[in-house]
Amino acid sequence: MTPAPAVVPSASTKRELPKETLLEIHSLMLRARLLEERLIRMQKQGDGYFWIGGPGEEAFNVPLGVLVHKGQGPEYDYLHLHYRSNAVALAMGADAVDFMRQMKNTTSDPFSRGRNFAGHPSIRKWNLVPVSSPIEVQYAMAPGTAIANKRAGGRGISIVTGGDAGTAEGEFASCMIWSSRPGNELPVLMVVTNNQFGISTPARTQHGEQRISDRGKAFGIRTATIDGQDPESVYFALQEVMEYVRTEKKPYLLEIMVSRLYGHSSSSGANFVGDEHDCLPAFEKKLEERGYLSRKDADEMRAATTQEFLEAAKRVREEAMPTQEDAFTHVFEETNHVAWKKGN
Amino acid sequence: MATMVQAVRMALHVGEERLGVTDIFGEDVGAPLGGVFTATQGLKTTWNTPLDERGLIGTAIGLALAGQCPVAEIQFCDYAFNTIDLLKLAGGMAWSSGGEWNCPMVVMTPVGSGIHGSIYHSHSFDAQATRLPGWKVVMPSTPRDAYGLMLSAIADPNPVLVLIPKALMRVKNAPGEEIPGEPDERTLSKMIDAPIGDRSQWVPQWPATPDMMIPFGQARMVRTGEHVTVVCYGRMVRESVAAAETLAAEGISVEVIDLRSLHPYDWPTLSTSIRKTGRVLFVNEDTEITNFGEHLIRRTVEELFYELHAPPKLLAGAHLPGIGLADNLEKASVPQRDGIIDALRTLARHEP
Ligand SMILES: Cc1ncc(C[n+]2csc(CCOP(=O)(O)OP(=O)(O)O)c2C)c(N)n1
Ligand SMILES: [Mg+2]
Repeated sequence: MTPAPAVVPSASTKRELPKETLLEIHSLMLRARLLEERLIRMQKQGDGYFWIGGPGEEAFNVPLGVLVHKGQGPEYDYLHLHYRSNAVALAMGADAVDFMRQMKNTTSDPFSRGRNFAGHPSIRKWNLVPVSSPIEVQYAMAPGTAIANKRAGGRGISIVTGGDAGTAEGEFASCMIWSSRPGNELPVLMVVTNNQFGISTPARTQHGEQRISDRGKAFGIRTATIDGQDPESVYFALQEVMEYVRTEKKPYLLEIMVSRLYGHSSSSGANFVGDEHDCLPAFEKKLEERGYLSRKDADEMRAATTQEFLEAAKRVREEAMPTQEDAFTHVFEETNHVAWKKGN
Repeated sequence: MATMVQAVRMALHVGEERLGVTDIFGEDVGAPLGGVFTATQGLKTTWNTPLDERGLIGTAIGLALAGQCPVAEIQFCDYAFNTIDLLKLAGGMAWSSGGEWNCPMVVMTPVGSGIHGSIYHSHSFDAQATRLPGWKVVMPSTPRDAYGLMLSAIADPNPVLVLIPKALMRVKNAPGEEIPGEPDERTLSKMIDAPIGDRSQWVPQWPATPDMMIPFGQARMVRTGEHVTVVCYGRMVRESVAAAETLAAEGISVEVIDLRSLHPYDWPTLSTSIRKTGRVLFVNEDTEITNFGEHLIRRTVEELFYELHAPPKLLAGAHLPGIGLADNLEKASVPQRDGIIDALRTLARHEP
């Protein structure tokens, strides 16, 4: 069952983004891809224990990161992401080296201080709540931050992402129900990145619903399923959907069809699969056709970034590792870091 | 004299007025009911939720992370078991992020047996709760402690679980143990209990009560004694005190310690008492296998072995799937006063 993508109305019309925006998106997509490939390499070379990430989802992740209303506190967007979302954080401005630090589980890993797997960022100054491994729990948390968003009265919304198989968990239903309580609708953008697999299990063997997005309809939630391969059309779709959630303060369920280019994780080998659509060369071709990017420029960018990440990974290898004593810090906090008041 | 449920309500009111509580929510928590035990009646920030405990805890986490100050109620702890995964997440928020985030939320839930609650209104949660690193866990046995511990829970930057023994909900403060500022029983009821029938126009009158926080990690010395120590909490405190009174007539002097804060717990008070008596009984209602009392016994044995005059003992619930409804079934499943008396007497008479 490959659901035919239904598109949000205006995304289907031929609109174009300005050259600078497209080039920025391209540069971020390329960096995100090369970062994941560096992380895979690090894991394979023994500079980390496990890799999981989002190569194949950049055409969605990067536009999302670019469009986030970024900041701290409920006036800004909250991000409840999952383990394929490094590119979102990267597009928001995160330092690529920090993802390598998490891979190497160094003390300098700012996301978890060497405690969590790669692909599990946490950035409080941008409302990016800690990514955690249990599937779907983030969908139960999004209504909470969305209540705060709505209360603050600004443009902030809560964005939650997860995979297709995970939608079978109860929290997916929780999120729809809690976001659509009559009279108390919440500004939650629910995203499902559908790669049609949960590890090894094909979606069609477990899911009878035609489209995941259809499930929103029972709650009066606006929904769409879109193709997640072209960052330009994803950008327009996201922009439109986010604007709806921001102004109407109501939920939206967006299903995006994506690829999984290196399999599930390092546990399944993390090798390039070859038989799935790759958004990056396709986008580069589009940019070439528009005369925005030459093959040569693209190749040079790739080579320079590859070198940059190689050197960064070498430096990270030398950084300090947690001590045994470090295991015991931060079980409890003495101060309330998350307390937020207007003007903070 | 306030009941425990009134004390919780008054604390939540103080929380709303002075400690920044933004949301008190759960199944049937909002008006008109104000909670199945009325713990949230008449409060300003209450709201009803879908019947979804996982959604409830998830939403509390989200609110906490967004700088709100949530108090969530799980209607009965019997229905909190499906939230353990999310409770773990809340407890791990600070640690997993290396201290970048914290998760200031309160979850309160009625626990334990003693109200003929049958299989699914009699469960305990303390064994599970004390297996949740990153959470502070309290269980008051008096209205005054419920008040003070709830205030501390609200003010704490970490997740706090407030376990409220449901059999004690309507129990009143003992004389001399009032919450400062609480009026007499009749007046208080007139002020803060919702009227029978239509209550749509009703507004509570809250007595002026102070920010009397009871710190976590401090046990309450309920009764001092010389021969044997009993460490208990929740509903078992009253049973232990009654047992101590009976034994006093036999010349056995029992020291009763109400742990009240399960994590962190007051090891200095416990160990001082156990050193003094050399004999200790731990009592709680939860099932006995992998029980919090077992942890306390382990620590007692490891740290105080050579000061003991008798093997430490645990009286806990039987390792059964539930607590049966019929009187005898319940009696056979959770510690009873007679059992506590017997255990204390045996300990007191034990000669090494
Ligand atoms: C609650 C839970 N169950 C099982 C797992 C193990 N697990 C990790 S990823 C995964 C598959 C998830 O598939 P999907 O939601 O489609 O996301 P994808 O990995 O395809 O992006 C499973 C079963 C988990 N992390 N959490
Ligand atoms: Mg999938």
